[in-house]
Amino acid sequence: MAIEFEPITGRYATLTLDGRACRLFIEEAGQGIPLLCLHTAGSDSRQYRHLMTDPAVTDHFRVIAFDLPWHGKSTPPAGFHDEEYRLTTATYTEAVLAVADALELERPALIGCSMGGRIVLHLAAHHADRFRALIGVECADHQTSWYDTTWLHRSDVHGGEVCAAMVSGLVAPQSPEEYRWETLWGYMQSGPGVFKGDLYFYREDSDFRDRTPLIDTSRCPLWLLTGEYDYSCTPEDTERTAAGIVGAEAVIMKEQGHFPMSENPAKFREYLLPVLERIRAVTD
Amino acid sequence: MTMGPRVAETLSRLPALVNHDAPLVRRGRFFSGDFLVEADQTPVHVRVHEGRIEAVETGPFRMRAWRFAIRADASAWIRHWEPIPAPGYHDVIAMTRLGVARLEGDLQPLMANLRYIKEVLAAPRGHDRSAGGEA
Repeated sequence: MAIEFEPITGRYATLTLDGRACRLFIEEAGQGIPLLCLHTAGSDSRQYRHLMTDPAVTDHFRVIAFDLPWHGKSTPPAGFHDEEYRLTTATYTEAVLAVADALELERPALIGCSMGGRIVLHLAAHHADRFRALIGVECADHQTSWYDTTWLHRSDVHGGEVCAAMVSGLVAPQSPEEYRWETLWGYMQSGPGVFKGDLYFYREDSDFRDRTPLIDTSRCPLWLLTGEYDYSCTPEDTERTAAGIVGAEAVIMKEQGHFPMSENPAKFREYLLPVLERIRAVTD
Repeated sequence: MTMGPRVAETLSRLPALVNHDAPLVRRGRFFSGDFLVEADQTPVHVRVHEGRIEAVETGPFRMRAWRFAIRADASAWIRHWEPIPAPGYHDVIAMTRLGVARLEGDLQPLMANLRYIKEVLAAPRGHDRSAGGEA
């Protein structure tokens, strides 16, 4: 019997980011409107595998996800062994736009979760003309620090174990065990200091309360979807953020945590498909 | 019975709930030590040896030593042990974020064994008599 491949294909390309050659892993599935997907801090693009195998999505969208440098199957740039990794608003934005340019995407839709949701607000404020629609999942304009991230990278605590244990409660109790643990496996696999370096962006370099008033949703529509069990980006954080952006639509998702697309994909599509339908309606 | 002693009574069943759970004991095999769980004003001292719960004692204590403490409102522990806890009460770290729990002492052994400790503290979930509404 012939092997049954999933419809996802992955390839590698080297892009120049921040003046350095970065070998990136990019995967995609489907045809139609380009939909660029941004993974959470300390994980990788595998979080979007369920979107990429859902015909209700891939019949209409070319779903593309890439691993940021240092993440997943993308390598850190040469010289990483002497560096402390730190993601910033500038380097994150450059990576997203560089991938969109390299793939020659024509005003893609974009979905980002957690820190990927945070950068959505910056893209909405300063690069709205590059996108046809933006979806911020677990998205808020800033976050007050609620734990000491130095615990995530030190020699006397196993990095993979503690990263997963710190975020395990961000998965909703109702999420299927299989997908709960697959989501956490991403955190267990993250390279040393990578989750902490992503949180530099999330905690220190992305207080976007100053730029949410700049967002014009008539130029690019914006949806915010947040799980009720997310205590990192809380429903209150998202609702406050949406209240400051004219035209932004916020939905609080029942029985969802911080990783909807990977922790409970069946539940997430109930919320996402209507948004994608509206993006298609605007495009058609 | 006030809520603190009710939580202590639930915690007293940790040896039965944990020590028969072989995967959980295995995850804790590198942890031996004492920690304190507090529910309102009621302190509960837990002694672990290589992942097995050796002793659970309810205070008050005089000069009792421990490596780290997890203190929470007694009502928060009871909500933590409901079969499907409400958002914010479903995880010890979430409870600290919510402001109903706090971590104190030497946090290194806690963080090095965080999954194990969280699962030990969640072990009464669905088994807590006080969460079932019994008086």
